[in-house]
Amino acid sequence: MAKITLNNLSHSYVPDYTDSDLVLRDINIDWKDGGAYALLGPSGCGKTTLLNIISGLIKPSKGDILFDDKNVTSLNPVERDIAQIFQFPVIYDTMTVYDNLAFPLKNRNLSDTEIDSKVREIAEMLELTSTLNNRASGLTADGKQKISLGRGLVRSDVNVIMFDEPLTVIDPHLKWILRSKLKELHQKINRTMIYVTHDQTEALTFADQVVVMHEGQIVQTGTPVELFEKPKHTFVGYFIGSPGMNILPCQIKNGQINFAGQEIPSNLNIKKNNFQTTQLGIRPEFINFSDKGIPVKIKRVSNTGRHKIIDTECAGGTIKVLSNASTEIPSGSAHINFDKKYTYVYGDNWIIE
Amino acid sequence: MNKTINQKAWFFVVPVFVLVAFNAAIPLMTVVNYSFQETFGNNVFAWEGTRWFKQILLSERFHDALGRQIAFTFIILLIQIPLGIGIALTMPKKGWGVPVCLILMSMPLLIPWNVVGAMWNIFALPDIGFLGYSLNAIGFDFNFTQQPGDAWFTTILMDVWHWTSLVVLLSYAGLNSIQPAYYQAAEIDGASRWATFRYIELPKMKKVLTLAILLRFMDSFMIYTEPFVLTGGGPGNATAFLSIDLVKMALGQFDLGPAAAMSLIYFFIVLLVCWVFYSLMMKNEVKS
Repeated sequence: MAKITLNNLSHSYVPDYTDSDLVLRDINIDWKDGGAYALLGPSGCGKTTLLNIISGLIKPSKGDILFDDKNVTSLNPVERDIAQIFQFPVIYDTMTVYDNLAFPLKNRNLSDTEIDSKVREIAEMLELTSTLNNRASGLTADGKQKISLGRGLVRSDVNVIMFDEPLTVIDPHLKWILRSKLKELHQKINRTMIYVTHDQTEALTFADQVVVMHEGQIVQTGTPVELFEKPKHTFVGYFIGSPGMNILPCQIKNGQINFAGQEIPSNLNIKKNNFQTTQLGIRPEFINFSDKGIPVKIKRVSNTGRHKIIDTECAGGTIKVLSNASTEIPSGSAHINFDKKYTYVYGDNWIIE
Repeated sequence: MNKTINQKAWFFVVPVFVLVAFNAAIPLMTVVNYSFQETFGNNVFAWEGTRWFKQILLSERFHDALGRQIAFTFIILLIQIPLGIGIALTMPKKGWGVPVCLILMSMPLLIPWNVVGAMWNIFALPDIGFLGYSLNAIGFDFNFTQQPGDAWFTTILMDVWHWTSLVVLLSYAGLNSIQPAYYQAAEIDGASRWATFRYIELPKMKKVLTLAILLRFMDSFMIYTEPFVLTGGGPGNATAFLSIDLVKMALGQFDLGPAAAMSLIYFFIVLLVCWVFYSLMMKNEVKS
């Protein structure tokens, strides 16, 4: 077990790189020992590259990786003592389930009795005991992925266990089961776990701390609640939540927000105003209909069962509003108010505080 | 859905039927015809029953040729399969080396059989050939036209040169289809280079290797042109493999009956081995 520190990490897949070749830029992370963390971002944001750098499969172009303050940047995956589970199940076709689980231990020259007790313990945990003597290649996709998980979990000495979108190939109803199993395992064995995914539900339910990545950069690190209530970057606002945050063009005049010709009340005190673009961010959950306020036209109401999502038109753009399913929605013209506690302003996409 | 029944459609099959009849069925039946009869030409035939089959199966000459054939096929498989896998493992996976290696590897496969035979004949001649002359110059008494061992050595070397590439290309294709995650997982599991080969690369190459072995078995078991040009089956009968012996019997001695019987036995051996091999392969496939 170890705490993990990443210092000014940058990476490019080309040897002589310029700034535009970077797939990761200036990554700084401090992860506590025994925590559950998620790397969340869309495809191509660099999260898998970052994971492979932490595991040692890729050497970073710049920066350092520290496990418990020990620099491991030049060490290979075996020396770093980590476990990694991949997107697609990786199993050794010709071996039985038992031999698959025992393989990482055999390579580390453990005694047979030790191997046997560990393998049986993990098999029990993952409900693989009944298939231990079967050929691994005959299993279903989720059975195979359980073996991959098992091979990662079987070693008790690993510094960190990393998951690279491990539930992609699993059926939706099994996803829930395996995900809660992982959470349960984390509580039981208390090892540092890093989970890479593009699925916000997976990230938010698994992790204590979520790192949101966008175009090779970390845009925000925080608890699921922080990411939801106070997105530090427009991308976080838009990527987390369903529907995402409303990002509306606005002006700053005398420290006040001006949107659609109206002054928007907020708790902010904006001093700096030297941005190319300024935008107002408000989550659909924090908008109410009222008698006065910003005039909008109701365009469409979709009912999801628990909520109503209302598309409104205002100043040539769309503002989404989320209400309870029981709320009466005015038709035609209406007025809306923003909850000023959750109204934020973004200068060049970063929050202004 | 109601299908219209139209027997006229059978006419479309006629061209293929005729083609197959003339290039496979009729010649094969002619051979069957010869194998049960005695003929002295002029379309005069006499029924002999299974006499030729008995004669061939009991003849020492056939046993010797079959023995030589099995030994040859076994040796070249034993050399070419591991060598081919070995070369494929060391070939580059990306960069300019890939096309260079692939072209170099394909070259021997593009050379016509009799040219290969002629090339190696000249190459190995003890007086003027580079290989033969060099071997003698460094003290080996090498003469493939006189000594059976040298003739075998040259024939096997020629076949290895000509056909190992096929195994290399198939293995290379098999290796390239392995997802990088497998290597990464093996690295993380702490697998040695040998374990990675044994548990990842070899199982993933199983299909292409089965194909490679099957193709190399059939080709080498039916080999004719190259040894015919290189050694002509000699010295004596040292390199007279089955098909060389068969042609000697059929066209050299004009023993059409025994030659036809031998062709059929030969054909059935190839068919049997391929069938057994294929069934074993499929049986494993179903199990896994």
